[in-house]
Amino acid sequence: MEVRVQNIRKEFGRFPALDDVSLDIRSGELIALLGPSGSGKTTLLRLIAGLESPTDGTIFFGADDASKKSVQQRNIGFVFQHYALFRHMTVLDNVSFGLKVRPSSRRPPAAEIRRRATDLLELVQLSGLEKRYPAQLSGGQRQRVALARAMAVEPNVLLLDEPFGALDAQVRKELRKWLREIHDRTGHTTVFVTHDQEEALELADRVVVMSKGAIEQVGTPDDIYDHPVSPFVYGFIGQSNCINVTLSSGEIWFEDRPIGLRAANEPDGAATLYFRPHDIELIDGCGGCLAGLVTASRRVAGTRHLEIDLGRAHPPVEIELPPERASSTDHTRVAFRPTKWKLFRKEGDIAAAQPVEEPASQLARTGT
Amino acid sequence: MAFRSSTRWRFRQPSVIPGFGLALGVTLTWLTLIVLIPLSGLIWRSSGLGWSSFMALVLDERTVNALTISFGTAFIAAVVNLFFGVILAWVLVRYRFPGKRVIDAMVDLPFALPTAVAGIALTALYAPNGWIGSFLEPLGIKIAFTPAGIVVALVFVGLPFVVRTVQPVMEEIDKEVEEAAATLGANRYQTISRVLLPGLLPAGLTGFALAFARGVGEYGSVIFIAGNLPYVSEIAPLLIIIRLEEFNYPAATAIATVMLFLSFIMLLVINSIQAWSRRRYSNGA
Ligand SMILES: Nc1ncnc2c1ncn2[C@@H]1O[C@H](COP(=O)(O)OP(=O)(O)OP(=O)(O)O)[C@@H](O)[C@H]1O
Ligand SMILES: [Mg+2]
Repeated sequence: MEVRVQNIRKEFGRFPALDDVSLDIRSGELIALLGPSGSGKTTLLRLIAGLESPTDGTIFFGADDASKKSVQQRNIGFVFQHYALFRHMTVLDNVSFGLKVRPSSRRPPAAEIRRRATDLLELVQLSGLEKRYPAQLSGGQRQRVALARAMAVEPNVLLLDEPFGALDAQVRKELRKWLREIHDRTGHTTVFVTHDQEEALELADRVVVMSKGAIEQVGTPDDIYDHPVSPFVYGFIGQSNCINVTLSSGEIWFEDRPIGLRAANEPDGAATLYFRPHDIELIDGCGGCLAGLVTASRRVAGTRHLEIDLGRAHPPVEIELPPERASSTDHTRVAFRPTKWKLFRKEGDIAAAQPVEEPASQLARTGT
Repeated sequence: MAFRSSTRWRFRQPSVIPGFGLALGVTLTWLTLIVLIPLSGLIWRSSGLGWSSFMALVLDERTVNALTISFGTAFIAAVVNLFFGVILAWVLVRYRFPGKRVIDAMVDLPFALPTAVAGIALTALYAPNGWIGSFLEPLGIKIAFTPAGIVVALVFVGLPFVVRTVQPVMEEIDKEVEEAAATLGANRYQTISRVLLPGLLPAGLTGFALAFARGVGEYGSVIFIAGNLPYVSEIAPLLIIIRLEEFNYPAATAIATVMLFLSFIMLLVINSIQAWSRRRYSNGA
C-alpha cells in the first residue's frame, strides 16, 4: 500500500524530534531510512505505525487518513530492534498470534492459521523450530521469527527498525540478501531503519537520508551516492574530502593557486569543495592542481588509500588509487585533481547559496 | 524443550562461579539447624504416638474442621491477594499519580505491624457495631467472628507477598512487547490476557505460595476477628495452643505434624509449577 507522510512534526516535550517531514512511499517498494543516531528514524517509523501520534501533520495509507486509525486498525507489520518476541509462546504461537487475535468474523480456521504460520516459518528458513521458545534461539533466528510474525498478518506496510542492528557482520550480510529476496517474492511495501549506509545502499530501492529530525535527501542509492544534495549527505554517505577554497572570477583557488577547476557562474568568495577519494586523477606536472606529500598509505582490499598533507593549516585528504598506480608515488609528492566534485557555500560566504556541480566533461577543458 | 531432554540430569551443572561445594555445605548446615532439627523433633514426638492413635487424633472432628478452616481460608485469601495484588502492583508500576510513594510504602505495613494490632483493628472495623460492620449488618453480612473474618485478616497479612514478588517482574516488562501485540492487532484485553499475564505467572505463583503459607500459619491477627467458635471459626494454630494449654501434647503435635505435611505438599506442588513455567521462558528475548 502507498503511504504518504505529509508535513509531519513530532515534539517530545518542547524538543522537535521531527520537523516538517514529508515523504511518499510507493506501493511495493523497499525504502530505507538512513541517518545518524538521534536523527528521528525510529520516531518516523513509529508515527507511521501509529505507536506515536504526530504533533502536527497527516499520514495517509492509500487514500485514507491514518491519523483516525488506531495501531490495531492500521494493519502494519512492525519488527522491533530487539525483536520483542512473546517469550512464553513457542515460535509457532508467536507467528500465529496476529491471526489468532482477530475477531472471529475475520479469523481463519485453526488449521488454516497453522498452515500459514508453518509456511511463513519455511519462508524464513526456520522449519523444524516451531516448538522452540524464543530463549532457545540464536539472535538471527529470533530476528527471523519476528519478521515472520509481522508478515503473518499480511500487513499493508512492513516496518523494520534496525532489523539487523544486533547481529554480527556475517549474519547481517546473509539476512540482508535474504530480506531482499523475501521482499521481491512477497512484494510488501517495506520501510526499514538503519544507520548502516552500506546496508541501505545495497538493499533499498530508495534511500531517505535523515539528519536532526529532517529529511536531507530522498533518492535511489545511485542518486544519493553520486549526487548528494547537501554537505551532510556528502559527508555521511561514503568517504569524502572537503577543503576550503575561494572562488575568483569562476576559477577555484586553493590557498594561493588555482586548482584547475572552474565554476563558471559562481560569484566570488569562499566555498567548500567536496570530492570522493576515488573521484580523482593524478597529474604529471602541476599546472593547476592539488598537491601535497603522502603521509600515510594503506592497502584496503583492491585499492590503496593515500593520505595527503596539503599544508599545515588543512586536515589531510584521502585519495584512492589502483595499487599499481599508487606504488609509483609512494612517499613522494603527488599532484591530483578531483574529477567529480561539488561546491557548497554557507550563508555567510556569498548571498547565493545554491550548490554548483560541474560535469566531468567540462573539467577536461579547464584541466592541465 | 529439545535441549532439556538431550542433557542427562546431573548432580551439579557446570558453572563459571566457583564454590559450589562450600555453598551447598553452608546451605545444608543452616537449613538443618534452623528448619530441620526443630521440625524433626516434632515428627519424632508424634511418631511416638503410634499410627492408630495418631490417626484418631487427626481425624477428630474438631481437628478436621480446624484444618479445613485454616487451609480453606488461607487458600481463598491467597487467591484474593493474587488478584488484587497483581492489580495493585500494576497500578504502582504503570501509573504516576500523587501519593504513589505513600501507597507504595503502605503495601509493606502488614509486614511491620504486630499482627495482634492488625487483628484488633480489623475486628473493631468489621464488628457489627464497627465502621464497616455497621454498614454490612443491615445487609445480613457478617464478617467478624465468622470464617469470612479470617479471610479478611489473612488478605491483610498476605497482601505484600504478592505485590512485592510481582512488582519487579512487571517493571521489567518490555514496553515493546505490548506494542508488538498492538501492531499485530491485539486489543488491550487480549494483550493483557495473552501476553502480559502469562509472563507474570511464575512470579504470581511465588507470591501466591508465600501468601498462602503465611495464611496457614497466621495466628495473631486471626484469633481476634475469628470468634474462635469450635467447628466454625477455629483455626488449627489456635487449636494447637488450646491442646497445649490442656497439656494434651500428643494432640498438639499430631495437628502440627499434619499442618506441616500438608503445607509442605502444597508448597512443593506450587513451586514445581512455578519452576516449570520459569524454565520454559526464562532469560529469553
Ligand atoms: N519517548 C521519547 N521521549 C523523549 N524524547 C524522545 C523520545 N523518543 C525519541 N526521543 C528523541 O527524539 C530524537 C529522535 O529519536 P529517534 O529514536 O527517532 O532516533 P533514531 O534516529 O532512531 O536514533 P537511533 O539510530 O539511535 O535509534 C532523539 O533526540 C531522542 O532523544
Ligand atoms: Mg532508533
